[in-house]
Parts: sequence; C-alpha cells; structure tokens
Amino acid sequence: MKEKRGIILTGAIIGIIAVLLVKFGNPKNMGFCIACFIRDIAGGIGLHSAPIVQYIRPEVIGLVLGSFLISVTGKEFKTKGGSSPFTRFILGMAVMIGALVFLGCPLRMILRIAGGDLNAIVGLAGFVVGIFIGIQFLNKGFSLRRNYSLSSFEGYLFPIANLGLFILLVAGFSMLKFSTEGPGSMHAPIWISLIAGLIVGALAQRTRMCTVGGIRDMIMFKDSYLIFGFLSILVVALIGNIALGYFNLGFAEQPVAHTDGLWNFLGMVVVGWGSVLLGGCPLRQLILAGEGNTDSAITVMGSLVGAAIAHNFGLASSTAGASPNGKVAVFVCLAVVLAISIANCEAFSSKRSLGKANS
Amino acid sequence: MERIDARGVSCPQPVLMAKNAVEKSPQEIGILVDNNTAKNNVSRFLTNKGYKLEYRNEGEDTLIIARK
Repeated sequence: MKEKRGIILTGAIIGIIAVLLVKFGNPKNMGFCIACFIRDIAGGIGLHSAPIVQYIRPEVIGLVLGSFLISVTGKEFKTKGGSSPFTRFILGMAVMIGALVFLGCPLRMILRIAGGDLNAIVGLAGFVVGIFIGIQFLNKGFSLRRNYSLSSFEGYLFPIANLGLFILLVAGFSMLKFSTEGPGSMHAPIWISLIAGLIVGALAQRTRMCTVGGIRDMIMFKDSYLIFGFLSILVVALIGNIALGYFNLGFAEQPVAHTDGLWNFLGMVVVGWGSVLLGGCPLRQLILAGEGNTDSAITVMGSLVGAAIAHNFGLASSTAGASPNGKVAVFVCLAVVLAISIANCEAFSSKRSLGKANS
Repeated sequence: MERIDARGVSCPQPVLMAKNAVEKSPQEIGILVDNNTAKNNVSRFLTNKGYKLEYRNEGEDTLIIARK
C-alpha cells in the first residue's frame, strides 16, 4: 500500500482540482478533458470553425510544461522517438474521433461518472471492452517497435511550442478564435487553468498516472498500482461534486453529454483500444510529450488534426446525440485500429524482431 | 541467463516481455530497460512474483537481474 500513496494522492489532487476548475468557470464535469481541450485549441487556432468550441485551454499547456519542468528537474527528460510515428499520428486521430463521439477523454469519463452522469458508465463499459481487445493483440506480440534517442532539441520543441501558444494567448493575439457561447466560452481564469495544469502535469509525470493503464494492468498482470489513481480521482471528484452541489444522478440533461448509449459505448471502444496500442491514455500522451517523447508529441498532433476533422466533417456528437457522419466514422476508426493491430502483430507477421534473447 | 532487450518499447511491453521470459526460464532472467517507468514497472511485477532483484548499469541503460 505504501508504494500506492503517491498515485492515490495524485488522483485525489486531480479530483479536487477538476471540481474547482468547474467552480472557477469550466463547463460541468469538464475540469479536465484532454480530448475536449485539444478540440478547443484546434478551434482556437482556426483548424475548425465550430463556434462553440474555440479556446486556447491553458490546462493542456500547463500539463505539458509541468511534465517538462519536473522531468528536467528529476533527470527523467529524455528525447526519444521513431517508434512508428505516423501510425501513432493516425491512432491519435482515431482516439480523438472516438472521444468526440462519446464527448470526453477517459479522464472526463471518470469526472462525468463522478458528476452522476450515467451515460459515462456506458462509456466506461465500452472503454473496458476496447482495452480488452487491445490486450488480445498485445498478448499476440503487438508492438509499434522501439524508439531511439534523438537530439535534445527535438524533445524541447513540443514544450516550446506550448509555451509559444500560451504567450499568444496572454498577449491577446488577434488571430486566435474564442467562443462567445457554448462550452468553449466557459473557462476558469487563464492563470488558474495554467497552474492547475502545471500541478497535475508534474504529479502525473512523477506517478505515471494513466487512465487506460489502470484497467489494462489489472487485466494483464493483476497490478493495481495505476487503477488506484483512477479510483482516487473518481472518489474525490464525487465527494467534491456532492459538496458543491454539482452532483446530478441520471442519464438525461447531463452537461456536455448525450444519451445515445450505443455510440457512447462504441466511441469509447475506439478510445480504449487505440490507447492500449499507443501505450497510454490521452493525458499520458501529453505527459510523455512533455518529457521528451516525440512519438507522443506526434500522437497529440494527430489528436489535434482528428479534432479539426471531427468538427469540419460533422463527426463530433452534440448534446442531441451522435451524428450520422459520426456513426460512420466510428466504424472507420474501428477498421483502422483493427488494421493497425493486425499489421503490427508478431503473431501475424513473419518478421520477428522484438526483444529476442541475445545472451 | 535469458536476457531480454526491453529498451524503447511502449507500456506495458517491458512488463509483458518480463512475464513471458520468466514463464520460459523461471530461475534467472535479465531485462534491459532505458527509462525509469519501465524499470519501476518491471521491478514491481518481478517483486510481486517473488523474485530478488539486482541492478546493473550499462551506460545509459539498466539491466534488471531477477533470481528466484
């Protein structure tokens, strides 16, 4: 239990901060949502023009910079890359599209459950199924191959880009787009959001917090370390939501959510499966990108493009439910993720290269 | 000693490789890792399986040696 103290505390702090961010102005059950926030940033820099979801979310920038600063301090910053980057880009897109059909990344899924949104329980079921499918491929030797050391500057570029975006935000750069209504218009003050991101980014880097890892490691190895973080976020956010009067149990009338069960489920199957193949949830990808993993930086870029496409092509759900295009897109994403799963499996390939003994 | 190169691969592959290795040769294995996350995850898994661990630095990398 002693080794789990850090992850439990981190989960608790994430839970508290998430609820407080809502109090300071973020949309309900959206203290953090990596998918929604990257989607808002895509809108904020004009990659899509959905008027209600455009903002430069400082939480995302804070998560990256928090991870960067703590990993440099702790001598864990290492520039690595080259592990199937374009495959990761595509997986980042697929995970984003799945998340936007559900309306949330796995972290927001936890926060939605903690707010009493029962649609997110349906999403959780899909998430677990997706993880379970991904594990079957891992057990058959799925791998995106190893990464390699690269020049340090390659790893600095992603945190620098985030810093640059933050400077544009605080400088009031006029080309940025900001929602005047809808979820994009609802946000905590810039500096509070940034600090929230920095704290969570630093803690998540230290503890390796990962929402997909918790369920994956329980199923694969009966290792409960990461799932304690997952549960800790859930319990503390639940208590916080009840204390502040945000808790509202039910399916209908939930904030930034829809009641289309099948598509909540299938959207999260894509997220769970894709995230297992990537080796971590969207939050974890941001943290890894902050500590020099440029494959994760590329994954985040894939998510950014996926978010833009999701809104430009009408794939993202609205509170009315999943869109016709979104339903087709979920099946396309499932097919793409399946193809990537098979193509990178040792069991289906004549090439055997990974981790062979050389003693 | 069965020696596994688990450098550079995404989670949870280092642990999975350790798991497969101890199933094949349960007495003694060595796992080479290149980051603290993999080192901690592999160590936790092998400790839970009842192995005694020893660490050897190999340049930037760490060889985790596990014995029953």
